[in-house]
Amino acid sequence: MEKVISALWSVPGANTLEVYKKHGGYEAAKEVLSSWTPEKLIEHVKASGLRGRGGAGFPTGMKWSFINRGSPKPKYVCINADESEPGTAKDRYILELTPHLLIEGTLICAKAIDCHHAFIYCRGEFYDQIAILKKALAEAKAAGIVGKNALGSGYDIQITVHSGFGAYICGEETGLIESLEGKKGQPRIKPPFPAVVGLYNCPTVVNNVETAAALPWIIKHAPEEYKKFGTEKSGGTKLLSISGHVNKPGTYEIPLGLPLSEFINSPNYGGGVWKGRKLKACIPGGSSVPILTAAEVEKTNIDYESCAANGTMLGSGGCIVMDETTDMVHSLRILGHFYSHESCGQCTPCRTGTNWAHRILCRIDDGEGRPEDVDELLKIANNMVGRTICPLADALAMPIKSFLTKFRSEFDKKARREKAA
Amino acid sequence: MSNAEEKFSDQTLAKMKEAIAEYPDKASAVLPVLQLIQKEKGWVSPASQRFTAELLSISPARVKEVVTFYTMFHQQPVGKYHIQVCTNISCSLRGGEEIFAHCQKKLGLKGHKDVTPDGLFSLEHVECLAACERAPAMLLGENYKMELTIEKVDEIIDRCKKEGSH
Ligand SMILES: Cc1cc2nc3c(=O)[nH]c(=O)nc-3n(C[C@H](O)[C@H](O)[C@H](O)COP(=O)(O)O)c2cc1C
Ligand code: SF4
Ligand code: FES
Repeated sequence: MEKVISALWSVPGANTLEVYKKHGGYEAAKEVLSSWTPEKLIEHVKASGLRGRGGAGFPTGMKWSFINRGSPKPKYVCINADESEPGTAKDRYILELTPHLLIEGTLICAKAIDCHHAFIYCRGEFYDQIAILKKALAEAKAAGIVGKNALGSGYDIQITVHSGFGAYICGEETGLIESLEGKKGQPRIKPPFPAVVGLYNCPTVVNNVETAAALPWIIKHAPEEYKKFGTEKSGGTKLLSISGHVNKPGTYEIPLGLPLSEFINSPNYGGGVWKGRKLKACIPGGSSVPILTAAEVEKTNIDYESCAANGTMLGSGGCIVMDETTDMVHSLRILGHFYSHESCGQCTPCRTGTNWAHRILCRIDDGEGRPEDVDELLKIANNMVGRTICPLADALAMPIKSFLTKFRSEFDKKARREKAA
Repeated sequence: MSNAEEKFSDQTLAKMKEAIAEYPDKASAVLPVLQLIQKEKGWVSPASQRFTAELLSISPARVKEVVTFYTMFHQQPVGKYHIQVCTNISCSLRGGEEIFAHCQKKLGLKGHKDVTPDGLFSLEHVECLAACERAPAMLLGENYKMELTIEKVDEIIDRCKKEGSH
């Protein structure tokens, strides 16, 4: 398969402007900035079928079309490089290996909504990656690619690299906007949506790194070409990280629609479950999505529709593999810890729900559980769903429900303090 | 805590100015300014928080809010080598919790940003570092260390001990 995003990953020096340009870099942005109208760009990307790769999978062209370009206010693009969803390690590759691809994608996003100042919000732990990106940006500025009259197009564009400092919730788009405004990253109540009231109360689009990085290729090809990689409804390619109990953990670009079992087992990808063990379970799209049993993995393809049909989500593409020895109670406890730690505290069902759930999971896991704990957990999860400002509460509730439904006996056994066989 | 006002290097002050110029609203520069402070001083003292508030014309309470919300800010000095071990799911599946426990034991630290008596090391466990595909992972200061084993961690810490005591 031809690669859309990872084509230059094995090319030495692809992080430099020189090598990037040698491979056709910035040709797409130059054409778009000089001669495409936002209408043409939006229609092209709509037709390609590109959907947001940050987790929610919202169609990118449609998201751009919600912006009122006639508004007298400035419009902003925020590129989401907060990459914090457990299991997900893909945007890191783009930042490290092809920062110019991200900058070029950012220029294209900007043109789509008539934005002249874009921000790239990186998680703070990415010290090295931020340094690489800033170096690339300096190169691009010096070469007249970013700045006034970018690429000789007559279009002015400023790009600012901004660094977070340790808060998962800043990956949520309105948390990110608050954080960029210099505040705690507490998500906003929607509506109004960022397209109407976003950064500095101006129309704003938030796009994931991988979404932006797919744009240069899409622009250079007929929209159907991109779509062809995937399925009818899930067009294109996706970066997936595979982690946990596999022989070849790594980050791979796949055509959407690839069978999940092939992704786990093929020598081109995960290389199979390690140590000759059997598969027990897999979380296909980052820690926030429902877990699949080994039998369900066999039926699932890696695309939006097949994941939904099997009760889970493609999410951010963080595929976490668990072998037959995995302790499900302990694994869920780790997720409970994560979400209770990262809850921003605004909504009571999230703040208290994640904390309670975590506390109960700890005591079950530590052999101090009570028989009624498992039902209590389910009750807490049910009370968290759909009652909060942002989906973080659901992001723990869904795993709780799926772990308990599919691996209930392990929880009951531990809660009743039965000795493991 | 001393009330003396913090002084910063000319280079840091120049970078603060650059950072402020990047934003339509200077309050947006609160994270970059505090990050520059932590880079120079190793932590963000109450005095440097007051400095930030004044520089950006925002209330000291708002700066404090930011410092306490973002977990990478240090409100106390940390060790010369600050170690952050990921104990989230992908790392745990490949021994991340054992790596953290080993660091605790080896350094004699609880792992809540506490510091060894010689000031060399501090330790904490952190959430997913986006290095899941090369788990287990940690940050040593600003640098990623991946595919860790107990032996690799021993080597890393021993090397820091050697270099740090000079
Ligand atoms: C709790 C939470 C954390 C999120 N973290 C990220 C993240 O780290 N990176 C990201 O791109 N999107 C993240 N998202 C999704 C964003 O809110 C947003 O949908 C996305 O950045 C939009 O870009 P896209 O349309 O290109 O996918 C997160 C959402 C939630 C609710
Ligand atoms: S759901 Fe949780 S993280 Fe999201 S806004 Fe409410 S309290 Fe904050
Ligand atoms: S779980 Fe440790 S880096 Fe992602």
